[in-house]
Amino acid sequence: MIERLRAIGEAVLTTLARVGRGHLFLLQALAGVPSALRRPRLIIDQLYSVGVLSLIIIIVSGLFVGMVLGLQGYYTLVDFGAAERVGQLVALSLVRELGPVVTALLFAGRAGSALTAEIGLMKATEQLSSMEMMAVDPQKRVIAPRLVAGFLAVPVLALIFSFFGVMGGHLVAVEMVGIDAGAYWAQMQANVSFVDDVYNGILKSIVFGFVATWIALFEGYDSVPTTEGVSRATTRTVVHTSLAVLGLDFVLTALMFN
Amino acid sequence: MQSSRLIEIWVGLFAVLGLVALFVLSMRVSNLSDFNEPDGYPLTAYFQNIGGLKVKAPVTVAGVRIGRVTAIELDPDSFSAKVTLMIRPEFNQLPEDTSAAILTSGLLGEQYIGLEPGGSDEYLKPGQRIEYTQSALVLENIIGQFLYNMAAGD
Amino acid sequence: MLLTVPQTLVPDTHTYNMDPARQASDVLIEIRGLRFSRGTRMIFDGVDLDIYRGQVTAIMGPSGTGKTTLLRLIGGQLRPDSGTIRVNGVDVHQLSRSELYKFRRSIGMLFQSGALFTDLSVFDNVAFPLREHTKLPESLIRTLVLMKLEAVGLRNARHLMPAQLSGGMARRVALARAIALDPTMVMYDEPFSGQDPISMGVLVQLIRKLNDALGLSSIVVSHDVQETAAIADRICLISEGKVVEVGTPEELFASRSPWSRQFMHAMPDGPVPFHYPGPDFRNDLLAEVSS
Repeated sequence: MIERLRAIGEAVLTTLARVGRGHLFLLQALAGVPSALRRPRLIIDQLYSVGVLSLIIIIVSGLFVGMVLGLQGYYTLVDFGAAERVGQLVALSLVRELGPVVTALLFAGRAGSALTAEIGLMKATEQLSSMEMMAVDPQKRVIAPRLVAGFLAVPVLALIFSFFGVMGGHLVAVEMVGIDAGAYWAQMQANVSFVDDVYNGILKSIVFGFVATWIALFEGYDSVPTTEGVSRATTRTVVHTSLAVLGLDFVLTALMFN
Repeated sequence: MQSSRLIEIWVGLFAVLGLVALFVLSMRVSNLSDFNEPDGYPLTAYFQNIGGLKVKAPVTVAGVRIGRVTAIELDPDSFSAKVTLMIRPEFNQLPEDTSAAILTSGLLGEQYIGLEPGGSDEYLKPGQRIEYTQSALVLENIIGQFLYNMAAGD
Repeated sequence: MLLTVPQTLVPDTHTYNMDPARQASDVLIEIRGLRFSRGTRMIFDGVDLDIYRGQVTAIMGPSGTGKTTLLRLIGGQLRPDSGTIRVNGVDVHQLSRSELYKFRRSIGMLFQSGALFTDLSVFDNVAFPLREHTKLPESLIRTLVLMKLEAVGLRNARHLMPAQLSGGMARRVALARAIALDPTMVMYDEPFSGQDPISMGVLVQLIRKLNDALGLSSIVVSHDVQETAAIADRICLISEGKVVEVGTPEELFASRSPWSRQFMHAMPDGPVPFHYPGPDFRNDLLAEVSS
């Protein structure tokens, strides 16, 4: 009994310590941001690996999600005689929810896990240590540019996702099902508000991008520096990011759209 | 150095794609383009019951949209709803005896304001009140009235 | 200043460290009363050690005695529980963060795995510390990098990526990178482990030659007795958190301490038993039957 209580207490303390380390890590990384901003070259390289390399999966997923939304939305709405509203349905779903959320989830799988693995391997192969011994602060040289790049890339990816989703919806609703193109776009435009929907969606994706990059970098930096430790950290990145994004999405939605 | 130039080009393309997406989402998908449409002139109308009418609902004449609802408030004296409409400037020749009704598009659709122009030679001036109004149909009231009439008829 | 006691007047508790022929100013690193533990495991339990300027000093001992930890303590990456490490008379662990980073520019460290940056070419790896810490024009950096690579014999491998290098070549590149900023001292973490005889020989020669040619002080952590003894001026044997013996390789090979003899001559049994401690083999077999 005592043993079990001890184990529970131990687990709670370990988790608390991790949370504490995570926040300390964030503070140090943020302190490194100004010096990273003075070297845009480093940020551009990272934008390439987290942003450009995620483009394909974002575009393809966006197109398909939009097409499915268009088709399912049409089948449901046609029963109410409101098939023209499919444009509104597609656009609102994408801009408010699916754009930011699905982008963040895909980002965690594509770029977040890669960031964790990269940092974890740099730690396991003593690259971070050797950087410290060369008097180069890894927080400034390695972590901060990646944090900035992730923070910038996710909102842009979310916009691209929503854009291709709307195009995918157009493809199905207008080209395949035969809804009037004018009605598709007009319903959308009449009912999607820039401030309430598009802008709030962008705000959401900024928050998600920041959190997803933070988790990915921290998991890598805090990983056990072995092959097994890095692979566990990579898994944790995807799981924790997904949970954090979905949970935060609920909170943000409640704050923004009530 | 060649590869780093390639990276720059790709990142530039990435940024441009993001901007294009933002532009389309704001101009084509959402109503940001409505913001720069000229405001036009206001009219007011008082209704006993506005049902589910909301701000930004369309204002139409013969089904054609000519403006939108910009404000809904309760008049504290008469306890009726004061609705402010913003009419586009090119429709500045609405007759003075125009009537306003709160209508519903389809059975489940949104509510909007339909204007029915009268025959007067005088035109409504900015800020003027539309005298003749017809409230929204509230389904419960109609059913209640129907049942009352049935009972009275027996 | 008046309170500093001259080295020669210190009570004679560290006799094995003291070389009366040397002046105190020859001491580059002075370790006193060093204690360090990981969790409940004591790694260093009161280590006193002097490392002299201009020499190749080897730190040797069985695996898991914390030899690498010692290098990290000297480099300020770890903090001791108690005791001091002074480099050039400055206590490393009293330095502020920025002072510590400044101090580290004067030391080079060669990690066990080489720790080359996998996304940079050989050239860029060696240029990395120069580009981070200096504002030298690219043409000068090129000259410096080629000089360092020439010193380790890999000038013509500069376009390769680390993944294309053999283990020995990776360590030589890492060595070129470690001396890029012309440090006063280089620390080597297990430079010989896992090397074939040829690249081992190359590394052994390089460590000695660079030390003498560049006027460095070198600290080599290793458990390869023959290779290390061939180049070290002094060897410090560490076991179970304490310094066992310090001396020249010849002195240690001829040591009368049974532990030193076992380690230096690689004897399988001795003070360090072959068997993991526990019940007697015979009793163990019988216990198995009776239970």
